Amino acid sequence: MTGVVFRRELGAYLRSPMGYIVAAVVLLLDGLLFYAQALGPSAGERLSGQVLAGFFYNASGLTAIAAVALSIRLVAEERQSGTQLLLDTSPVRDWQIVWGKFLSALTFLGAINLATIYMPLLVLVNGKVSVGHVLIGYLGLTLIGGAVLAVGLFASALTRHQLVAAAVASVVTGTLFLLWPLSRIVGPPLSRVFAALAIHGRHFAGFQSGLFHVRDLVYYVAVTYFFLYAATKVMEAKRWE
Amino acid sequence: MVHLADVTKYYGRKRALGPVSFEIEKGDAVGFLGLNGVGKTTLLRILACGLRPSAGTVEIDGHDVLRSPHEVRQRVGYLPETPPVYGDMTVGDYLAFAGRIKGMSAEAVVRRVPEVEEYARVAEVHDVPARQLSQGYRQRVGVAQAIVHDPELLILDEPAHDLDPVQIVEMRGMIRDLKDAHTILISSHILPEISETCDRLLILDDGRIAAQGTEAELGEGLLRARRMAVTVRLADAEGADVEGAAAEAVIRAVPGVTGVERVAGSENDVATWHVEADADLRAAVCRALVEAGCDVVGLAGAERQLERVFVGLVGGAEA
Repeated sequence: MTGVVFRRELGAYLRSPMGYIVAAVVLLLDGLLFYAQALGPSAGERLSGQVLAGFFYNASGLTAIAAVALSIRLVAEERQSGTQLLLDTSPVRDWQIVWGKFLSALTFLGAINLATIYMPLLVLVNGKVSVGHVLIGYLGLTLIGGAVLAVGLFASALTRHQLVAAAVASVVTGTLFLLWPLSRIVGPPLSRVFAALAIHGRHFAGFQSGLFHVRDLVYYVAVTYFFLYAATKVMEAKRWE
Repeated sequence: MVHLADVTKYYGRKRALGPVSFEIEKGDAVGFLGLNGVGKTTLLRILACGLRPSAGTVEIDGHDVLRSPHEVRQRVGYLPETPPVYGDMTVGDYLAFAGRIKGMSAEAVVRRVPEVEEYARVAEVHDVPARQLSQGYRQRVGVAQAIVHDPELLILDEPAHDLDPVQIVEMRGMIRDLKDAHTILISSHILPEISETCDRLLILDDGRIAAQGTEAELGEGLLRARRMAVTVRLADAEGADVEGAAAEAVIRAVPGVTGVERVAGSENDVATWHVEADADLRAAVCRALVEAGCDVVGLAGAERQLERVFVGLVGGAEA
C-alpha cells in the first residue's frame, strides 16, 4: 500500500506545475550562490573544500525551503479537494499513507538535489576534494530535507488549508533553525540543549565539511521519525471525523 | 448485511443523527430519503467507516465498524456527494489507483478497470485527465471507483447530485444494473431518485427514521388519507355574495373531513380549499355545499402523492 500511495504522489509532483516551479527556483538559486562562491570576486581566496562546504551550506537552506513548499500540499490538498475520503474509506493504514507521501516527496526532493550534482563535480574535477565529501554532503542534504519534509507533512495533516500548513511548518522549521544561533547566546545548560536540538549548526556542520557522525544521523532520523509518527497520529484522529 | 443499533452522532453538543436502528438484508436496495441536513450523509459516512458514531453499534457483514474497520472497508464501496477524484490523474490511472488502494492486486486491477469503465460508461474517457471531465462523467467515475473492488455493500450519497435530466436518467439505469450484484444504500432528497431504484425506503427526519418500508407499504399506510381541492364560486345563482367562511364551515361539517385549508391567492369570485379526509368524500362535500347554496365549480384530486407524504412526514409546510 505504501508503494501505491508513493507512486500516486510522485506522479502528482511530476504532473503539477508546483513541483517544477520549486525545482526551477531551487536550481536557479543554488546555481547563483555557487557562482558567487566559486567564481565570484573572492573565490580565489577559498580552498576547494571550503567552496564545497559553502555549496552544501547554501543548499541545505534551499533544501529546507523546498521541503516546506513540497510537503504542505500532501494531506491538506486532499482534504480540501475531498479526495481524502477515498483514502479514509479504503483499507489502507494511516502509517502507509504517511510513509507513501513522505517517500514520494523525499524522492522528488532528492531528484532536485541530484540535479545540482554538476556543481560539486566541477569542484571535484578542478579542486582537491574527495568523492566522500560530496557523498556525505548529499547525505546531509537528504537527511535535513527529510526532517523538514516530515515537519511539513505533520503540519499538512493538521489542516485543510495549505497556507495554514505552510505557516505551521515554517514556524516549526524556523524555530529548529534558530535554536543554533540561540544556543550561542544563552548560557549552559540551555545552550547545550538548544545546540543538540537545532536542525542546522552542529548537526549539519559535519555533513557540509565531509565528516560523518553517527550522532548527526541519529538526530535527523529521530526528528523525521518523530514528526512522521505525529502526522500518523493526527491522521488516525482525523480519519473518523 | 447491515445492522445498526441505537446509533447516535453528536457534533459537539448538537445531535446530528439518531438514535437510529435498522437492518438491511443482503441484496436489498435501500434508499435514505430526507431533506438536506437531516443526517443522511452522517449516517452513510458512519456506514462507510469515515465517521465514528458517538454511541451505538454498527455491523457490516458481521464486522463491527469500530473494532474491524479494515475488514469493513474491504467490503464497502463508497461514493460521497462530491466524487473523490484526483483531477491530475487520467480516468484509467485513477481507477487503477482506487483498485490498488482498496487492496486489489496489480493483475486484478488490470483485468477489472476495463470492466468497470464499461459498466460505468466511462471507457471513452480512459485517457482523459479527470479535471477535464464534465460533472456527469465525474459522477460516473465516482461510481466506478466505488465498485472497482467489487464490494458487497455499495453506498451512494446523492448519486444524481448536480446532474442534468439526461444524466439523471443514465445514473438511474446504472444503479438499477448494480442492484443485481450489490447490496445498495442510496441517499437523496429527491424522491424519484429513491423510489425508482430502491426496494425499500427509510425516511429520515431530524436525524431519526420517520418511516420505513417499501413504497407500496408506505403508500398503503400513509396514502390512506385523501386530499382533494374544492373550488366554490363566491356568489350564488342570484348573484348574492357567499361568505368564504360560511362555505368553509360547510366543508368542515361534513363527517370524515379531517382538515380544511384555504388556498392563498384564490381569484376574487372563487375560493379553493384543500380538504383532508380519511376517505373519498368528494360526493359528500359536493352535496353539502350545493345544499348550502354554494356553486361548486371545481373538484379535483383524491389521492395524495408520495412526495406530499414525504414532505408531510418531514414536517414541511408544503404538504
